[in-house]
Amino acid sequence: MLVINNLKASIDGKNILKGISLEIKPGEIHAIMGPNGSGKSTLAAVLAGREFVKVTEGTVTYFGKNLLEMAPEDRAKEGIFLGFQYPIEIPGVSMVNFMKTAVNEHRKFKGLEPLTASDFLKMMRDKKELVEIDSKLANRSVNEGFSGGEKKKNEIFQMAMLEPKLAILDETDSGLDIDALRIVANGVNKLKRPDNSFIVITHYQRLLDYIVPDIVHVLYDGRIVKTAGKELAFELEEKGYDWIKKEIENTVS
Amino acid sequence: MNEKPVMTEKYLGLYKDNIDKISGRSSPFINTFRADAFDKFSKLGIPSKKNEGYKYTNLSTFFDHDYESYFMPVQADFLKAEKFRCEVTDLDAHGIVLLNGFYPTLKEKLVQLPSGIWIGSLNEAAIRFPEIFEKHFGKYAKSETDGLIHLNTAMASDGVFVYVPEGVTLTRPVQVVNLVQSDYDMFNQHRNLIIAEKNSNFSIIICDHTLSPQKFLTNAVTEVFVGENAHFDIIRVQNEHNNACKITNTFIHQERNSVTSSNNITLHGGLIRNSTYHILAGEGAESYSYGLFLADKWQHVDNFVNVDHVVPNCTSNQLFKGVLDDMSTGAFNGRILVRPGAQGTLAYQKNNNIILTDDAKMDTKPQLEIFADDVKCSHGATIGQIDEDALFYIQSRGINKREARLMLMFGFAHEVIQNIKIEPLRDRMDNLVMQRLKGELSRCASCMVKCG
Repeated sequence: MLVINNLKASIDGKNILKGISLEIKPGEIHAIMGPNGSGKSTLAAVLAGREFVKVTEGTVTYFGKNLLEMAPEDRAKEGIFLGFQYPIEIPGVSMVNFMKTAVNEHRKFKGLEPLTASDFLKMMRDKKELVEIDSKLANRSVNEGFSGGEKKKNEIFQMAMLEPKLAILDETDSGLDIDALRIVANGVNKLKRPDNSFIVITHYQRLLDYIVPDIVHVLYDGRIVKTAGKELAFELEEKGYDWIKKEIENTVS
Repeated sequence: MNEKPVMTEKYLGLYKDNIDKISGRSSPFINTFRADAFDKFSKLGIPSKKNEGYKYTNLSTFFDHDYESYFMPVQADFLKAEKFRCEVTDLDAHGIVLLNGFYPTLKEKLVQLPSGIWIGSLNEAAIRFPEIFEKHFGKYAKSETDGLIHLNTAMASDGVFVYVPEGVTLTRPVQVVNLVQSDYDMFNQHRNLIIAEKNSNFSIIICDHTLSPQKFLTNAVTEVFVGENAHFDIIRVQNEHNNACKITNTFIHQERNSVTSSNNITLHGGLIRNSTYHILAGEGAESYSYGLFLADKWQHVDNFVNVDHVVPNCTSNQLFKGVLDDMSTGAFNGRILVRPGAQGTLAYQKNNNIILTDDAKMDTKPQLEIFADDVKCSHGATIGQIDEDALFYIQSRGINKREARLMLMFGFAHEVIQNIKIEPLRDRMDNLVMQRLKGELSRCASCMVKCG
C-alpha cells in the first residue's frame, strides 16, 4: 500500500527526517513512537502534503503512485487521512457543510453522484453513533470552541465519514482523559477492516493498550532505529527512551 | 484660515440657486431646518481627508463632478417606478420603492397597515401627522464635524417614513428598495424617519441598488427612534455598480431597555461610506452594530460607527468585517464614547479583515473615549491573510484549494451574516456572499430583488 524509501526532509533548511524506510501493507496497524523532536509529526506532514516540509531525497509510493507529486486534496481522495495533532478551528463553517463538501468531493472522484441531503444526514447520524460522538458537535462550526478531547473525537468522526484506506493519526491521544482516549481507540477499532491500514503516531504506550499495533517503530533523530512487534511498546513504557538513545550512541561510537 | 475648497463652494451655490424650488414642494416644518443646516454646512463643508472621521476616504472623485440632475426625478421616472415590481424569494415583506430618493407619487403617498402602522412618503407624513413627526424629525441627526449631515438636512425633501405604534409587533419586515436609475449623472439626497414606539417590535430592510450605469452620488440620512422596551432591527444590503457613491448616515436613538441591531452588508459598490450612530439614551438599552463588506477592483468601503453611552447600564457590541481583493481599499473607524456618569457600561468592538492581495489596503482605527470608571470596554482589530493552517486542514479532507479558500472566506463572512434574525434573508445573504466570493455577482445581476 505505502512504501517509503530513504525519505529525507527538511523544514527551513534544517534536516528533520534523515532517511526513513517503511512499508505498510493493507490491514496493518503501525505504531510510530519516539521522543519529542524525533520527526514523528514531520513524517505525518510529508505524507499528508504540507508545503512547509521540503523533501530532499527518497521516494514515497502509494498504491504504485508517486505520493509526493500529489496535491493534499488528491491524496485525501485517494484514501489518505491525517488526524491532526492540533485540529484547526474554522469559525463560520458548519461541520455539516464541511463534511458534506468533503464527502461529495470524494464521491465525485469515484464517479458517484453527490449524496442527497437526507442520505447525507443519515450518514452523519450513523457515523456519529459509530464513534460515539455528541450530536451537538456536528451542528457547530468546525472545531470552534471545542475542548481538546472534543477536537480529537471530531477527527475520528471525520475519519469515519471519509472511510480512508490509510489513516495517519498524529498524537491523537495527547491531551485526552481516559474516557476520551477509549472513545478514540474504539472508533479506530470499529473502522478497522482487512483492507485498510493505520499509522498511529504516539508518544506514550497508553493508547496502544486500546489499539493493538502489528508493528512498532521507534523514530529517533529522523531515523527509524528500531522495529519490532507490539512488545516493543511495553518495553518503551517500562524503560523510557533513554536505553534506545544509549544503544544508538554506542553503535555510533 | 477659513478657506473653503472649491468642492464645497459648488454645493453652497446649488443650495442658493435651488432653495426656493426645494422649499416649494416640501412641508413647512421640514423647511424650518434648512437655513440653520445650510449655515452649519457652509462652516463644515464637504469632509476632506483632514477631517478625522474621513481620514481614509477621499470623496472628491464623486463630489468634484458635475451632475446633470440634483433634486427631482422627472415625471417619466415616476412612471417607471410605478411599473417596478419586486419579488423577494421566500421573504414576505411590506415593500416600499424609493426612486432616486423620492417616494413615487402616483400611488397613495402613505399606506396604512393593520394596527395603526403607517409607511410611505416622509414629506407627506410631515403634513399629515405633524404631532408625531415634529417630535422626532431633526432630533437625532446631529453632528459637529460632518458637513454632509447638514447638507442633507438643508436640501433633502423626501424619503421613507415608517411609524409603528405602541405595543405593535410587525411580523413581516418592511423592505425599502432604494433604486437609482437615470439617463444622466445624478446626485440625490433622501431622508428617512423611522419611529418604533414603546414596546413595539419590527425590522426594516433597506436595499441600495443602481439600475443604470451612469455616475451616481447619494447622500442619505436616516433617523430612528426606538421607544422604551422596543425591539428594532435595521439591515442594509448594498449592491451598486463601481461608478456609484453611496453615503449613508444612520442615527438610532434608543430609550430605556430597548434592543436594536444594525447590519450593513456591502456586496458591491464604487465608494461606500456608512456612518452609523447609536445613541443609548435610556438605561438598560442594548445595541448591536454589525457590518460586512466584500470589495475588489478599485472599490472603497468605509464604515464609521459612533456609539454614544449617554446613561448608565447600557450594552453595545460592534462586529465589522471586510474582505479586500485586487487593489480595493477599506476603512473602519469605531468610536465608543462613555459619557461621565454612564457607569455599568459594557462596550465591545471587533474589526477583522482579510486582505487577499499585496495591493489591497485596510485602515482600522478604534477610538475609545471613556469618562466613567465602572465600565467594561474592549476592542480588537486584525488585518491578515487567509490562514494557511486552516487552508491545509480543509484540503486534507479532499477539498481543493480554491474551494477551501472560498469556504474560509465564507465562514469569515458568515459570522456577520448569522446575526440576521430573518431566516430567509439570512440564507439569501449567505448565497449572495458565496456568489460574490466566487466572482459571479455583478452589478445588480442577482440580488434578493428580482426585477421584471
